[in-house]
Amino acid sequence: MTLSTRPPAVRTSLPARMAGRLTRLTWIDLVVAAAVLVVLYVILRVGAGTAVSFNPARVTRVSTDPADLPYYAARSLLRMFAALALSVAFTLVYAYAAARSRRLERVLIPALDILQSVPVLGFLSVAVTGFIALFPGSSLGPECASVFAIFTSQAWNMTFGFYHSLVTLPRELDELSRSFGFTRWMRFWKVELPSGAIGLVWNGMMSFGGGWFFLVASEAISVSGHRYALPGIGSYAGTAIAEGDLGGVGWAVLTMAVMVVGVNFVFWRPLTAWVEKFKNEQSEATDVQRSLVLDFLRRSHWPHALGRLARPAAEVLGRAARILGTDDRPLSVDPVRRRGGDAVFALVAGGLIGWGLLDLLGYLRDRTGLGVFAEPLLLGLATLARVVVVVAVATAVWVPVGVRIGFSPRLARIAQPLVQVLAGFPANFLFPLATWFFLRTGLSINVGGMMLMALGAQWYILFNTIAGAMAVPADLREAMDDLGVTGRLRWKRLILPGIFPAYVTGGITASGGAWNASIVSEIVTFGGTTLTATGLGAYVAHATERGDYPHLIAGVAVMSLYVVGLNRLLWRPLYRLAETRYAL
Amino acid sequence: MAQRATRALPATARAADGEVLLAARNLTKSYAGADKQLPVLADIDLEVRAGEIVALLGKSGCGKSTLLRCLAGLIPPTSGTALYRGEPLTGANPGTAMVFQTFALLPWLTVQQNVELGLEARGLPAAERATAAGQAIDLIGLDGFETAYPKELSGGMRQRVGFARALVTEPDVLMMDEPFSALDVLTAENLRGELMELWESGEFPTRAVVIVTHNIEEAVLMADRVVILGARPFGSIRATFDVPLPRPRDRNAPQFGALIDAVYQVMTGREKDTAGHLPGRPATPARRTPANTPLPRAGVDGLSGLAEILIQHDNRRDLADLADELGLEVDDLLPLVDALDLLGLAMVTGNDLALTARGSAFGRADVQRSKQIFATAALEIPLVRLIVTSLQITPARTLRAGFFRDLLAHHYTSEQVTRQLETATDWGRYAELYSYDAGPEEYRLDATAAAPPPAG
Ligand SMILES: Nc1ncnc2c1ncn2[C@@H]1O[C@H](COP(=O)(O)OP(=O)(O)O)[C@@H](O)[C@H]1O
Ligand SMILES: [Mg+2]
Repeated sequence: MTLSTRPPAVRTSLPARMAGRLTRLTWIDLVVAAAVLVVLYVILRVGAGTAVSFNPARVTRVSTDPADLPYYAARSLLRMFAALALSVAFTLVYAYAAARSRRLERVLIPALDILQSVPVLGFLSVAVTGFIALFPGSSLGPECASVFAIFTSQAWNMTFGFYHSLVTLPRELDELSRSFGFTRWMRFWKVELPSGAIGLVWNGMMSFGGGWFFLVASEAISVSGHRYALPGIGSYAGTAIAEGDLGGVGWAVLTMAVMVVGVNFVFWRPLTAWVEKFKNEQSEATDVQRSLVLDFLRRSHWPHALGRLARPAAEVLGRAARILGTDDRPLSVDPVRRRGGDAVFALVAGGLIGWGLLDLLGYLRDRTGLGVFAEPLLLGLATLARVVVVVAVATAVWVPVGVRIGFSPRLARIAQPLVQVLAGFPANFLFPLATWFFLRTGLSINVGGMMLMALGAQWYILFNTIAGAMAVPADLREAMDDLGVTGRLRWKRLILPGIFPAYVTGGITASGGAWNASIVSEIVTFGGTTLTATGLGAYVAHATERGDYPHLIAGVAVMSLYVVGLNRLLWRPLYRLAETRYAL
Repeated sequence: MAQRATRALPATARAADGEVLLAARNLTKSYAGADKQLPVLADIDLEVRAGEIVALLGKSGCGKSTLLRCLAGLIPPTSGTALYRGEPLTGANPGTAMVFQTFALLPWLTVQQNVELGLEARGLPAAERATAAGQAIDLIGLDGFETAYPKELSGGMRQRVGFARALVTEPDVLMMDEPFSALDVLTAENLRGELMELWESGEFPTRAVVIVTHNIEEAVLMADRVVILGARPFGSIRATFDVPLPRPRDRNAPQFGALIDAVYQVMTGREKDTAGHLPGRPATPARRTPANTPLPRAGVDGLSGLAEILIQHDNRRDLADLADELGLEVDDLLPLVDALDLLGLAMVTGNDLALTARGSAFGRADVQRSKQIFATAALEIPLVRLIVTSLQITPARTLRAGFFRDLLAHHYTSEQVTRQLETATDWGRYAELYSYDAGPEEYRLDATAAAPPPAG
């Protein structure tokens, strides 16, 4: 392999130059090493508790001693990260399959769309029963169910995002990969994953924030009359609530807040700052994410050292993965064979789906008759009304506030991280306090339920409105000042159109969150008193508790139908309008 | 790779070696229209031999990039074949490497890592990769930038990385798609010069080069053969010029100027003059229809600007001088020139662009009057006329854009339809013939719109 006849110039190789700098270990390196050791140790200690054998029939006791909280918090954290890892793995595989195979795409993407609309909490009981059957007599069953619940709340969003980045890969990068004969492995790790990395991390962070809610909801759950409780912060709070121990609830809320902020500080913030390096832009960005932790890590020598260790491993892997083939597609496909393959695929996929559907309908008819759908359809209207009110009131309250904050850089700097934490804080944590308040004031749960739903959902609207207002160019605002456009006209001509796209994104998330929250907020308990509202959420929660699968299936199916309907009829058109008409 | 180790040939020896590396035989490429396939390239026969630099020259949208990608095995021809060393391509061409207009560097890799990509794809061990990449980096003048990231580099340096990345794989043919057009003039000039020096020195690690460009001077400066693609009714080879001038080429040499002029002639000549030579086309130009009269991408501001400049030069000016004066390439002016010609506001005679009487009036008039003149001219454009007549016979005086999109889809690909309608919208709006509402995507007849003269 000679490139030119010229003798190679004398040049110090990259590793040789690096070695000079690597000889001096600093205190930073020691601190980083110690931190890694501690984290490993904690994971091992905490993880050892997950496989403890237990008797599912016995009610697991969770203590309310604040001294146990750190351990419980660690267990909860482990669950969150296990679910995140699972979500990332799922995302990579599912999105890749959908983006690579024309046929799979036609099934996988609509399926994802539906999965995204299914209220996760409704299926918790099914998951718990399934996993307990899988690991009989071990706490791994409920443990897996909890991780699964968190996973289902995170994965769809991340998968959609990554799939989108795969199919919108810039044309010249695709051509680069094919023209230079990249292996499939190289294309994925060098081109596709880096291109989607920023979206993946940001989506992961948002989904992780939403995951706390499901962690809290899934740590202590009653299914078919059994009560399962895993050691964790959610069950700690649950026990404290059941005992009416307000002090314990307070400790739990505090711990939760520390966790949300802490994970943000040591994990997400550094990660979002690091992932900036994958930005596909041609100039040095002026406004970059910063992270103290990342700066600290970068000042240590560990990244270089690890990189040097990892490189040979990556080399070997890359070589082994050559058997996966090169990134090339045949220029011509036989249209007859292709159509034949399509037909076979459609027949098999359609057959499987049809068979499953018939089986399900048969099951429901045998158990309860198909009339089982009538009640949830009716109850769904009540919950729909609540969701609409929640979104409308949150809009009326938070849009003006958000605009105010977004237009003031100083306010935005303070408020944005705060709102992010609030949005991440699991609202169901505060439900007991609210219930206590309802009991004291005699407020009906039919109205109070809406407040509970709003507790979590409203922040998405505020958060996105702030982001939208910040994105309105300053010179546009100055032009309006100049023209003397103020008051109502200013809102109509500048502010509302300006924040509209961001608002729609927030609205979709808020409405989805409110539906999910209805399952836990239409039926609440505090110290032995249970309040039940009329609505689909309460219906599903009831069916879960009784282990009444026909009603559960009907309830969840109808709720999914409502969510899909609302998305298609309201949010989608708004979204399209935002994209075409109001994109700044 | 072994067979290439012996291949660092001196320029003279290279020229003698005439092996056909790439070939297109009867190559046609179509994209889906509404009811049939619409060709963007038709009946291309082309050979690229070892030792030569071939330039594919043509106006924007005439199919140069499409042809290059067919030869690189990145997109399949609809009919006909693309061959590499006599073998029809079944996938990406193993003997070519691409240099992209937009550089296509991976921003998350360093210069060195970017350059190594092609070698890594071939499974070369790390040490060998580093050596070869180091040599390519030296060769292309990137020393010292090995550990830099692309975003730290200037445009010129980035394209150097693009060259090094392609050259390090020692492809038989280097494929370049407008490699200099994203660079400023001086940088492009410098890089082009260095590349040609390298080619002449015999150290160039490829055996042939195909460069796509819309810049006439660039083509004549670099190529041994300039292949001119015409756009109407679809991309086909209009003419081929051999450039026997010795390198480095002197822009002021008379032969150089003569060649440039000759190429200009072919590039600027109205294609209907040559339509008779195209297979399946009538010898005399048929009646103008939206299908055979595509609108060039030219805005009204540009048109009236150009008309006003011509007036300052007594209505007539040499195209090359005009471009020079404006600090543009002639090619950048061509859409405007085509549009003026189509509207009957100016004519190309020889190398000159001359305003017609109507064009002169258009350039001199005030805004209201020039709008009226423009409206008369625009009504002679088949697509504009189609929109106006359709609106007039519709009782509501409004029509969805989709209606026209469907009509045009019989003759243009969806990308082209969008462009055609964009230009027609711009012209019609300025002429106050019709208005267009982007929300509902509706055309509406302007109350004051003049009735079009009867069809002729
Ligand atoms: N994927 C595609 N689908 C439809 N039309 C296309 C596609 N790619 C290119 N075209 C059309 O083919 C014509 C030639 O395109 P291109 O080869 O990019 O031209 P050039 O490189 O000469 O500017 C253009 O009119 C363009 O609109
Ligand atoms: Mg092009």
